[in-house]
Amino acid sequence: MDELPIRSGDDVVRVRQQVRAVAERSGLSLVDQTKLVTAASELARNALIHGGGGIVRLEVVTSAIGRAGVRLEFADEGPGIGDIDQAMTDGWTSGNGLGLGLSGARRLVDEFELTSKPGSGTNVVVVKWSR
Amino acid sequence: MDRVPIAKIGTTLFVTIQIDLQDESVMRLQEDLAEELAATGARGVLIDITAVEIVDSFIGRMLTMIGAISRLFDAETVLVGMRPAVAITLTELGLSLRGVRTALNAEKGLELLSGRA
Repeated sequence: MDELPIRSGDDVVRVRQQVRAVAERSGLSLVDQTKLVTAASELARNALIHGGGGIVRLEVVTSAIGRAGVRLEFADEGPGIGDIDQAMTDGWTSGNGLGLGLSGARRLVDEFELTSKPGSGTNVVVVKWSR
Repeated sequence: MDRVPIAKIGTTLFVTIQIDLQDESVMRLQEDLAEELAATGARGVLIDITAVEIVDSFIGRMLTMIGAISRLFDAETVLVGMRPAVAITLTELGLSLRGVRTALNAEKGLELLSGRA
């Protein structure tokens, strides 16, 4: 398992590059690689801007039926999210974005799990499976 | 932070993005383009993203804003060279890049702009 820090814009670029390398290695198609890297970019930026920085863990995983996939876990120790349903809504934004970061990232991956509580940071786990 | 260079040929500003875009680079490009448009009176902006591997919601929003800013300087923006995987991902993400014209490649993009010389 790899672990990368998310502390700057440069780190966000490095996360994208590393996710691309792992996705390629695990046999994801070019379109699926691109979707996963794009989702990772959204989630890394969220961790940086809303979470005040954090880390990402990258892991190649195998499903029960033997398919390869990539699992990413983003963790920050920011203020957390009070209303997760609202944060996951298309177009809802806490800042000046389009409000597509979280909801868009969820559409681009096969599994998406967000846990957060006000005051205790945010944790997002996503998985993309090869087809 | 890497800066994206801008080249002026005739009445068109050419931008070829060949770096892994970080947010600061895209914001800088937006400012640089606005200044170039004001200084040169260029009528078109051609942005080549052939080498761009992903466009996420932030980069997409900045491209839309560049299109809107160009229009305030009476210039049109054409985005060319989008990779198929990027187009599929952008659509699924929910981004339409409204207001930005697109063309398959730089040649077709220039044709679009040449009507405005």
